[in-house]
Amino acid sequence: MASGTGQQHPIRLYLTVWTLLFVLSTLSYLVDYFHFYGYLRWSLIILLMVMKAGLIVAVFMHMAWERLALVYAILLPPLSLLVLMGLMAIEADYTFGTRMLFFH
Amino acid sequence: MSAHLHAPTETSAPAAASLAPSPAGWRGLVADWASDEQAFHVSWGKAMMWIFLLSDTFIFSCFLIGYMTVRMAVTVPWPDPSEVFSLTVGGARLPLLLIAIMTFVLISSSGTMAIAVNFAYRRERVPAAALMLVTAALGATFVSMQAFEWSKLIAEGVRPWGNPMGAPQFGSSFFMITGFHGLHVSAGVIYLLTVAIRVLRGRYEAGGNYQVVEIAGLYWHFVDLVWVFIFALFYLW
Repeated sequence: MASGTGQQHPIRLYLTVWTLLFVLSTLSYLVDYFHFYGYLRWSLIILLMVMKAGLIVAVFMHMAWERLALVYAILLPPLSLLVLMGLMAIEADYTFGTRMLFFH
Repeated sequence: MSAHLHAPTETSAPAAASLAPSPAGWRGLVADWASDEQAFHVSWGKAMMWIFLLSDTFIFSCFLIGYMTVRMAVTVPWPDPSEVFSLTVGGARLPLLLIAIMTFVLISSSGTMAIAVNFAYRRERVPAAALMLVTAALGATFVSMQAFEWSKLIAEGVRPWGNPMGAPQFGSSFFMITGFHGLHVSAGVIYLLTVAIRVLRGRYEAGGNYQVVEIAGLYWHFVDLVWVFIFALFYLW
């Protein structure tokens, strides 16, 4: 699929992804409905979230057919946010400890 | 415009390029930095939309990481979203019902948008514009349901600085994250309406280039994508 021109894909593919997104959303709703807790809940939420995000970016936003130069320029920089997430988790942990020590 | 994509810039022949004087001022600055090179072999419109969406990814991620930080640091219980966002239908209390419906509405709007892009590239502008209008209508439905949800929570006493259910940070995170997302949906509805009307009027018929629809679609799918993360990390966590 030439990326210089437009992205044209069969409607059937879009309908399939649409259906899959409905199924995955229903599953993530059921995680809450059936009161799953702890690591089972968190891993299911993350798994379903990543699958839905992947389908939207790859098919609806056509990333699966774009040139690698564009794909990497867009998808790699957000990984640096994981560093921020790690730093803020440490910070939050410290804040929590301080609060427990001085305000409880 | 993709017609100008591979057009020569200042000089037409490569031999003349070294002899021709470089342009001065802002034009020169752009020419020097661009070096007459093109990194991404897509239209400038698509490249710029992707770069904008990348910057927006950072904004939403900062909100969500900020939310993670305050939620990890609270010493009082975080309000249970499953309870806070439940609706009572016919005497039965259903957890997260409205949020689930909002999710399905937004996914459906992404579906109709994707199909609109397909019709646009086949130059069937009436079905393309009609599907874009359906997408905009679903987006407006989403924002209306969000307005209902906000009113309900405000009536229950949820404020950015406190709420009766637990940790005060719940309100500020909720209003900030869903408010910014709702703003994106509202802007997207206006954006889609604008492009749909232009498509319907035949503005792109002369050039035959319907990539504007795909680019508008990129923005719309991004709004749906952000909701996937908000739904998982704020409502379900």
